[in-house]
Amino acid sequence: MNARQLLRSRPEGLYCPSGDFFIDPVRPVERALITHGHSDHARAGHGAVMATRETLDIMGLRYGTGFAGRMQEARLGETVTVNGVRVTFHPAGHVLGSAQISVEANGLRIVASGDYKRSRDPTCAAFEPITCDVFITEATFGLPVFTHPDPAHEISQLLTSLKQFPERTHIVGAYSLGKAQRVIALLREAGYGETIYIHGALARLCAYYEETGVPLGPLQPATVEGKADAPPAGAIVVAPPSAMDDRWSRRFADPLSCFASGWMRIRQRVRQRGVELPLIISDHADWDELTASIRDTGASEVWVTHGREEALVRWCELNGISARPLHLAGYEDEAE
Amino acid sequence: MERFAELLDRLVLTPSRNGKLRLIIDYFSTVPDPDRGYGLAGLTGGLDFPAIKPAMLRTLVMERVDPVLFDYSYDYVGDLAETVSLIWPSRGGGTAAPTLSEVVRRLAQASRSDAPAVMGGLLDDLSPSGRFAAIKLATGGLRVGVSARLTKQALAAFGEVDVHEIEELWHGLAPPYEPFFAWLEKRGPRPQNAALAPFRPVMLAHAVAEADFSTIRSEDYAAEWKWDGIRVQAVNQGGVRRLYSRTGDDISGAFPDLLEAMDFEGALDGELLVGDPQQRTGTFSDLQQRLNRKTVSRTMLRDYPVFMRCYDALTLDKRDIRALPYVERRELLEAFVSRLSPERFDLSPNIAFATLEELDEKRCNPLHPVIEGVMLKRKDSPYLPGRPKGPWFKWKRDPYTVDAVLMYAQRGHGKRSSFYSDYTFGVWSGPPEDPVLVPVGKAYFGFTDEELRQLDKYVRENTIERFGPVRAVRADRNHGLVLEVAFEGLQRSTRHKSGVAMRFPRISRLRWDKPAHEADRLETLEAMLPPS
Repeated sequence: MNARQLLRSRPEGLYCPSGDFFIDPVRPVERALITHGHSDHARAGHGAVMATRETLDIMGLRYGTGFAGRMQEARLGETVTVNGVRVTFHPAGHVLGSAQISVEANGLRIVASGDYKRSRDPTCAAFEPITCDVFITEATFGLPVFTHPDPAHEISQLLTSLKQFPERTHIVGAYSLGKAQRVIALLREAGYGETIYIHGALARLCAYYEETGVPLGPLQPATVEGKADAPPAGAIVVAPPSAMDDRWSRRFADPLSCFASGWMRIRQRVRQRGVELPLIISDHADWDELTASIRDTGASEVWVTHGREEALVRWCELNGISARPLHLAGYEDEAE
Repeated sequence: MERFAELLDRLVLTPSRNGKLRLIIDYFSTVPDPDRGYGLAGLTGGLDFPAIKPAMLRTLVMERVDPVLFDYSYDYVGDLAETVSLIWPSRGGGTAAPTLSEVVRRLAQASRSDAPAVMGGLLDDLSPSGRFAAIKLATGGLRVGVSARLTKQALAAFGEVDVHEIEELWHGLAPPYEPFFAWLEKRGPRPQNAALAPFRPVMLAHAVAEADFSTIRSEDYAAEWKWDGIRVQAVNQGGVRRLYSRTGDDISGAFPDLLEAMDFEGALDGELLVGDPQQRTGTFSDLQQRLNRKTVSRTMLRDYPVFMRCYDALTLDKRDIRALPYVERRELLEAFVSRLSPERFDLSPNIAFATLEELDEKRCNPLHPVIEGVMLKRKDSPYLPGRPKGPWFKWKRDPYTVDAVLMYAQRGHGKRSSFYSDYTFGVWSGPPEDPVLVPVGKAYFGFTDEELRQLDKYVRENTIERFGPVRAVRADRNHGLVLEVAFEGLQRSTRHKSGVAMRFPRISRLRWDKPAHEADRLETLEAMLPPS
């Protein structure tokens, strides 16, 4: 059996013919295996969904409990056989519940990474490199210019700015699943004990993170329906990136816009967004993590998907690893 | 180095002046000597490393990085220094990153032959943002939107001294400025300015306000034309010649023609203009050809000669005359200027007037297109540094106005980041029966907060296209918002499609009442251009 018989790309997404299932399909299908809860990977309306407990819960929070016909919990590290194909979920370190999916048949193992990162994250289980024949890697930050600094350093920049500009509300744009909770957890690790104010879109997910044992400290809604009082000057407000430029942000005292994203590495992107304080904090692997992960899996073949495929393919060629871009439609850039 | 790199990154993204001041003050308060002194030198353009050439960066990076990966990256990032700083292979851990003083020391010692090795070694030792700062520092031009003037204001606030004291001392100081910082921190004596031909703080005027007219008695004041050039101070002390801008920046290097003619002993205050005082006074756009240059070509000197129109003197023949009243200084100045080269120096003439009405009449009908108003100077006033209220007033000609149509709006920064607050406007051009709008300028102030809210709402409701932070707004003959735009002058421009560029444009009124097709045509603007 060659690798393309085991997994191939179809308009709906990555498909396994012998197991008759899709991984992260972008359209409704009969059977879907889902790596994590971000909406471009986890869509509603599938016949059956297999995912980690947390991912199933997050989909339930986002789409309502009837988001799929049947749900099956995948336990990390436990192998399940689906129509003769051995399937195992392994932690991916991307967001709470995120997993890589290993697919194995006739002695051939392919690992689909989903989205992943290698740097430490107090809000989710760490990525584990899985030995495989073919590694399907994401490439969101697949250019050698993307090097994410230590997130603790970025958080210290935010705290410094808060001391320099204590009269300004610091609004941190952060994607509502994963990034927002990570930023909050990092602030707590850095010793910030004040109440953090959150946009309404984050409330349920923050509560869910706390339920699963990720402490986030004192949180308050940033805005309350029918009430005009805004958080005190000098507070930290965490909101989805789209809310920052929105009229929503006007109610705060002289807002200072911060944005937590790997894209903030590039000055032009920072300027385009009108960000005053960029925080280079990403839930995706940077270039060094991507290349290290390819090596760690020992894969002899790499398929590169959603992102800047060509540079990573080039790197594989330079390092004697066979590689090709895998074109899958429908996935978005981080927080864009 | 990291602190300096962080400062630069913050400054470039902080739009407000007060925000920038706070960041710079914080830097001086928390970074030790001698690093902060080199940081100060970097911000004020006081460091120069002639051995380091921008072209060597590409060569250096190509020796270390796959060219295909470099091209992909450069394409994406769009800036060479930034791409190099990010893609440079990190050596990872071990030695501590060098301090700013260390970076400056290594760059300064580089010779032409070992400069690439020095630069490569520095980039090896720094973080990505440290590398970016080192490249900018080494190749000149930090471009963080901070003038030397703003930095001096930060120093003044940091040391709780008057900014004029700093301007006066500045040219006797050298990096890393340790005695200077000691004085600012009240740990040491005020540095003595040992340099010859120092800058002396200039006297500035207030714009005259309606309420001032009741207190201005015409017999107490002398009047002069306000010429549209730049304010300069020409100093020659014991043969050391310096030309300073109004904020004390030494601009001698760009004006060798004037410097050569400065064969006097004294410090003169006046307007730098292009032309020949006996024949022709050039426009501000002529003068711009000569501004912000480090060197000047022979053609430039021939086509755009400069001269100085003198209106005051601070010292004459080794005598400090600042305490004398205006009329006495003026008498001495008149005699002094008559001895200078008539091609390079003349006297700013007094305007005879009996009443303010008569002066107003002259202000509105100036005898020369390069005049932008009149100055009123109290006859008994000494020469005082700064902007004292009362002795000097500027009374500018009324601004030009034009009715233009809003075409694009861009989101602002900081407080205005949720508002579309920067407006590009155009006027009609082409055949009258089928005109098109051509952009003629951009303005981001002049309106009230309430008007800003209305404009923002209008932009959001009339968007026809989006380009990142910019929105195109519906603007055609039957639909569009007319803005009355005020501006100080107009010049020809090859960079703008319309062929004209406005000076100091701002929104003076929102003309909700005016139909778009009644906005002005480009010909109206062209008629306002100075004769070429």
